[in-house]
Amino acid sequence: MMDFLPSSIQLSYLVASALFIIGLKQLGSPATARKGNLLAAIGMLIAIVATLLDRAVLNYEMVLIGMAIGSAIGAIMAQRVEMTAMPQMVGLLNGFGGAASALVAVGAFWKVIHGVNAIPVDETVTIILSVLIGGITFTGSLLAFVKLQGLISGSPITFPFQQPFNITLLAGFLAGSAYLIVNPKDTTVFLALVGISLLLGVLFVLPIGGADTPVVISLLNSFSGLAASAAGFVLMNNMLIISGALVGASGIILTQIMCKAMNRSITNVLFSAFGSGKKVEGSTAAGIEGRALRSIDAEEGAMMLGYAKSVVIVPGYGMAVAQAQHAVRELADQLERLGVDVKYAIHPVAGRMPGHMNVLLAEANVPYPQLYDMDDINPEFDRTDVALVIGANDVVNPAARSDAGSPIYGMPILEVDRAHHTIVIKRGMSNGFAGVENELFYKDKTMMLFGSAKEMVTQLVSSVKEL
Amino acid sequence: MAEGLIAGLVVFVLASFIGFEVINKIPPTLHTPLMSGSNAISGIAIVGALLVAGDRNWSLTVILGLIAVVLATINVVGGFLVTDRMLQMFKKKDVKA
Repeated sequence: MMDFLPSSIQLSYLVASALFIIGLKQLGSPATARKGNLLAAIGMLIAIVATLLDRAVLNYEMVLIGMAIGSAIGAIMAQRVEMTAMPQMVGLLNGFGGAASALVAVGAFWKVIHGVNAIPVDETVTIILSVLIGGITFTGSLLAFVKLQGLISGSPITFPFQQPFNITLLAGFLAGSAYLIVNPKDTTVFLALVGISLLLGVLFVLPIGGADTPVVISLLNSFSGLAASAAGFVLMNNMLIISGALVGASGIILTQIMCKAMNRSITNVLFSAFGSGKKVEGSTAAGIEGRALRSIDAEEGAMMLGYAKSVVIVPGYGMAVAQAQHAVRELADQLERLGVDVKYAIHPVAGRMPGHMNVLLAEANVPYPQLYDMDDINPEFDRTDVALVIGANDVVNPAARSDAGSPIYGMPILEVDRAHHTIVIKRGMSNGFAGVENELFYKDKTMMLFGSAKEMVTQLVSSVKEL
Repeated sequence: MAEGLIAGLVVFVLASFIGFEVINKIPPTLHTPLMSGSNAISGIAIVGALLVAGDRNWSLTVILGLIAVVLATINVVGGFLVTDRMLQMFKKKDVKA
């Protein structure tokens, strides 16, 4: 009977872990995803209730007050957040999770140094690791949040000797860790390690530019899981280790997908400060000089769209920034009314985080079966009458396929240039994030529709209505 | 001494493999909800926070633990609710008026 409570707590953790796994699995299909999320939430509830029954938890009033405060803040945030701001929201939540894990490790450290027993080496190591990962996740996520929210410039921030400085800090961290393993009760060194971890998080995100945020957010997501796992090692708690590992794996997969979609390695994203001071060779630009663009107005555009058999809409982040997604949906509705087959082509890095564009379109009531991934839609462009590009640039640049000298060479793109006609809605002739000229705009079958995405699409809608 | 650590490592590695297998099959359409949902799961740090904060006697450990409880709860509640809000929007066909 003595063992009843502890074993039932462990069993509850097992149930909760299983629910997390089943929940994640069900998140894999739009039909079951909502249920999957609910299952995971139930798993979390079971884990929390089981933990409250633990002998170590006596401080009920304070703990429950803390949970009430946290729930209220979390619920309000979840209610209020705009779908365009989802990357910031996830970034911020990542940061809170990382901070919680780091605080658990610091708290555990305080407890053991005031204990009477000698501190085993493995405990010191796990605490250090937990502080490091949790600390980096915390400040890194906060900085990503601040950048995404536009509180500071989203462009890469670099300073002289950045890499040597980072390496020195890391070396300092390792030396401090070695010292702490030998002298586990030295709080000054421990606090220095905490400080370095927090600083490393800032330095890690600082040089990463706005368009690379999908990678950073995914990576920080992975870190927040690893931080929880590390805290699990400190407390020797399987629940934390398992859940953290699941999230860590998920974040790493998404990071890989994002890197692949941009044709860049993870080290390149983290250390190269893409787009800052890198000059593009003139190889493509030379051929484009002096070539004419074909500019049309909304009425002509509407004519082309309305009398097409099939239209593929390619939304980019420019569309989301202009909040044009509802207008785009209206345009699709009008075209469907005329019997046009409308599909959406979504590039993996179309938004600010993996899958972001899909959420934005779902919010505008676009049915998800109309959303096509890059690999599914590319073979279709040959049979498409009109490809309508709204606020996208680099992801439709044919130079990625043909020009080995281009910085985006090799990046997988949406092959809109294979469609019979292409209409590009664009604010002006500025280059995309990669700073590369886009020869798509100069092709004979490409028509340019200059103006803000929202205004142009709205004009298209009213013109199509009159057809 | 290291036995607990090794047992933990076994669990960690195996769970990672499960994570890779399960999540690899998730279509790009659902990547954002996957991220916010898994983000909520990483709020499992709340379990650690509760254990650390649970002591009756006030100490720095308890204070840090309580802060961790608040932060982790925001992570959990915010993460699951926002995921649900997003998933609600994914519809096959909207009801045409």
